[in-house]
Amino acid sequence: MIDKADQIFVLLQHWLVSFLPLALQQPAAVLLGVIGIVCVFPAIFALTTVFERKGLGRIQNRLGPNRVGPFGFMQPIADAIKSLTKEDVVPSTANGPVHFLAPVGLVVAVFMGFAVLPVGRNMVLVDMDAGLLFFFAMGASTEVSVFMAGWSSRNKYSLLGAMRAVAQMISYEVVLLLSSVAVVMITGSLSLTKIVEAQNQYTGIFPHWYIFTPWGLAGFVMYAIAATAETNRSPFDLPEGESELVAGYHTEYSGFKFALFFLGEYLAMLSISGLGTTLFLGGWSAPLSFLTFMPSWFWFFSKLMMSIFVFIWMRGTLPRLRQDQLMNFAWKFVLPFTLLDLFVTALWRFMGEGLLRWIVCSAILLAAYIIMGRVAMVRKHFGPRSYRYAE
Amino acid sequence: MTVVFYLIAAITVAGGLAAVLLKNLVHCALAVTIAFGGIALLFLSLDAQFAGFVQILVYIGAVAILIVFAILLTRGSDVPKDGVFSPTWLTGVAIASAVFAVMGWAVINSVNAIPQLAAVPHVTVHDIGVALVGSYVLPLEIVALLLTAATVGAVIVAMHEKGGAE
Repeated sequence: MIDKADQIFVLLQHWLVSFLPLALQQPAAVLLGVIGIVCVFPAIFALTTVFERKGLGRIQNRLGPNRVGPFGFMQPIADAIKSLTKEDVVPSTANGPVHFLAPVGLVVAVFMGFAVLPVGRNMVLVDMDAGLLFFFAMGASTEVSVFMAGWSSRNKYSLLGAMRAVAQMISYEVVLLLSSVAVVMITGSLSLTKIVEAQNQYTGIFPHWYIFTPWGLAGFVMYAIAATAETNRSPFDLPEGESELVAGYHTEYSGFKFALFFLGEYLAMLSISGLGTTLFLGGWSAPLSFLTFMPSWFWFFSKLMMSIFVFIWMRGTLPRLRQDQLMNFAWKFVLPFTLLDLFVTALWRFMGEGLLRWIVCSAILLAAYIIMGRVAMVRKHFGPRSYRYAE
Repeated sequence: MTVVFYLIAAITVAGGLAAVLLKNLVHCALAVTIAFGGIALLFLSLDAQFAGFVQILVYIGAVAILIVFAILLTRGSDVPKDGVFSPTWLTGVAIASAVFAVMGWAVINSVNAIPQLAAVPHVTVHDIGVALVGSYVLPLEIVALLLTAATVGAVIVAMHEKGGAE
């Protein structure tokens, strides 16, 4: 019974495929997997938009959407109908083909990333040897789409937004890759299913998730910072800083093309949260050993929604950074700390089991964190806040 | 296999040709991206996952963006008045065909030079990783050092200019 619930989608796929002749079974199984991904993640995206608007409303002491359907939960359907029927305005000076291809390319590249994410036991579309590499390759190719969108609009706000977005994505991609390398060093594999399996063990009732090790915690924090910046989410949402750039690189997009950008942005957030879950939070493994009776996909999607919740929470809490702060933060704090984390990971790998490696690794990371913070603070002269123009 | 190969090859060659023939510089850069993608697909169709994904990651994710940035930060994407063809295009064609001839000759002759294997060798990403940090660790480190030096040099060049302007 437990196994049935765990494997329900796999069994469903096998059952549906078994009606077909043998030659067609393999492609049909792949097609079903693709349909699953293309249906489930946009559905989560629709839910996320409601949760985000209601959550932000709660944080800002207002109600949020509450008109459409019970508690406003039908809002995404109304939004979808609206964006489908809206006029598609293309600026007359815009570069037609590039302007059209940019949102399409973005959404395709983002969807590709889901192909290697293990969303449950035996539930991965393509179990690739180099799954992590594939994911990052697809993530890197979204930058071209962002640039295409900004450049082809022939609008200075769009171009500035695109330049900001690309510069930010490239800077933080370094950190994103390096913080994942730590996991690869310990697991010894780029395959995401193997990374999850390595974490799916228990000591007593506690799982072997990488976040519960010193290097894993540091790596996860760095990964989360980089992931927030990579998906252009607040507090790193400068590329679409409304106060200065209208809406960034999708200023000149309307109707369904804008909806595609919106979809791409949220899907990127979902996929990068999914990868973070897989790398550091044990993927589909249960948080405590006696909770394994719950289906594996339930745990994956719970962790995914938790990450999304943290994203929304941060957006409602933190103010936006300035461009120079963003770059300084990436290159002067996050990157050195990630490199140190790599060194600590190597230490962890070669010091062998025991309490000693816990103490040494934690001490190095803590000391580095405190010293770097102190050094960075020395020149800042923090005191009572003074205002230049207002008293 | 052959149909897929010809399809990918057509995309790659079309991308490459467009990169040379289009008038708008940014369009050329985007066409180069298509050619890069085609080459990555060729690697993947040869079952070379590592090379294919690194091709996408490095060339589409970084090199294409670098080219585009360079175009926007220097000459802009305006079409030059006197056309995009250089007056010395004949020399260019000659050099390009000479390079192509040498490479084609080398590839065709390599069939005899390399021992023929009965079966296709199965190389996993794991093997490549082990080889990189095992027997080829010294070249890897030298390349890493070279790149770090280049990065530091670039930062110093940029800093010097800023200091001079002030």
